[in-house]
Amino acid sequence: MSDNTVIEVSELHKAFGDLQVLRGVDLRVERGEVVCIIGPSGSGKSTLLRCVNMLEQPNAGRVSVDGVDLTDPDVDIDAARRRIGMVFQSFNLFGHLNVLDNLTVAQRKVLKRDKENAETVARANLTKVGLSEKEKSFPNQLSGGQQQRVAIARALSMDPDVMLFDEPTSALDPELVGDVLGVMRQLADEGMTMLVVTHEMQFARDVADKVLFMDGGVIVEQGDPEQVIGAPQHERTKSFLARVLDPTHHGPSDPAL
Amino acid sequence: MTRRQRASAFRAAQYALLLVIILVFAFTANWTQLRHSFFNLEAAAKQFPDVITVALKNTIVYTVLGFSLGLALGLVLALMRLSSVGPYRWFARAYIEFFRGLPALLIFIAVGTGIPLAFPGTSLNRNVAIMVSLGIISAAYMAETIRAGIQAVPRGQIEAARSLGMSPGRAMITIVIPQAFRIVLPPLANELIMLTKDTSLAFLLATTPDQQELAQFARQALNTTQSLTPILVGGLCYLVITIPLSLVQQRLERRFGAGVKPGGGV
Repeated sequence: MSDNTVIEVSELHKAFGDLQVLRGVDLRVERGEVVCIIGPSGSGKSTLLRCVNMLEQPNAGRVSVDGVDLTDPDVDIDAARRRIGMVFQSFNLFGHLNVLDNLTVAQRKVLKRDKENAETVARANLTKVGLSEKEKSFPNQLSGGQQQRVAIARALSMDPDVMLFDEPTSALDPELVGDVLGVMRQLADEGMTMLVVTHEMQFARDVADKVLFMDGGVIVEQGDPEQVIGAPQHERTKSFLARVLDPTHHGPSDPAL
Repeated sequence: MTRRQRASAFRAAQYALLLVIILVFAFTANWTQLRHSFFNLEAAAKQFPDVITVALKNTIVYTVLGFSLGLALGLVLALMRLSSVGPYRWFARAYIEFFRGLPALLIFIAVGTGIPLAFPGTSLNRNVAIMVSLGIISAAYMAETIRAGIQAVPRGQIEAARSLGMSPGRAMITIVIPQAFRIVLPPLANELIMLTKDTSLAFLLATTPDQQELAQFARQALNTTQSLTPILVGGLCYLVITIPLSLVQQRLERRFGAGVKPGGGV
């Protein structure tokens, strides 16, 4: 593995009971790279992402981040997670804390930064996501788009080496998606290493260095976005993209609609 | 009759029924006797200031002691209930089933007589005995309430905390428990109010006059005043405790209401 590899996943298997969700996935993300994972629901893309920071325990295979094998039972998983930012579909902001405290709580309790230092970092990240005036608000006083941007700022406040995004815009009203994608695009431009599960094909096309198409627990096709999204080779990729990009004209393959 | 006329006729009938009930009570009750027994101002005046400075004070002290122990023990039991270690779960389960099922009266007697027997030579401080009795009962109730609260905090909150590098214990203390308490505030306030009334069993343990709480004080005053008024005075004193508690509960609920829905979104 080269020094520039941030995430390396090999032969990853994960099952929930009898349901095989991942059936041997290999993945490599280099420093500064933006990798987007696309695919139908149930294809295992979120599970793959959640295995990268061990929110799901894989049944077999290896996940290493910054050269640390996270599947080693003796690994300090909490230490590893400090360097892996995660953004969830449902935001998961801490409901009992205001925006500023959401951003400082882990800095203080985990990184042991002092209050002043933590707040400086938090404010810088809030400014970055365009919400510096909301630091005293509580999560439920914010729109979904604002909550998700706070969640991104919260993850960034830990100064992560890599950011994982699990369908960050899927729970948002359509008009709020743009703000969140804008922040993510800016992050990518700044050179953040990002692994993004998304249904936003335009974003994947514009921002990703590499796109993976997953279906049935395996990576079916991968490559640069123009190739995977623009000129897919596999039949499954083609039919998925046809349904996503042109949802009202997906022909006779789905007679129920 | 139109629909609207029927509705108003029905409404009128309800008011009429209420009026009849009130009138029946008003004419059948012996008001003079009632007033004489329950509203004897002279007897009421005799209750003061001791009913406040001794009885009310003691009731509050016993409530606070019992609730503090019950809350601490209840939290520990709730965490044991959710532990991955089997014996902890079994113990907590057994404790809860046992002490939830027994009358408080028996617990008071058991603590008052049992502990000195079990540990000869220990002279159990009365306040400690009351605290232990109330604490071990209320802990059983509160443990279940707190456990439900902890489980009601969405899983995403723990995942977010863990993804930021918090250990399971840190996530529990910093993220889950504070939100669980906001969720269980109404039932906990209920516990506190019930506990306030359970302090009336302290008479089984506290015997000296300066350790009397409201209920015992009122009962004793019955004998000296030959009137039922002390019952009324004592009862009002309980309300002096419980009604403000309800108000505080409502305020807290409104204040935390802003933060209750954890995570927001989905």
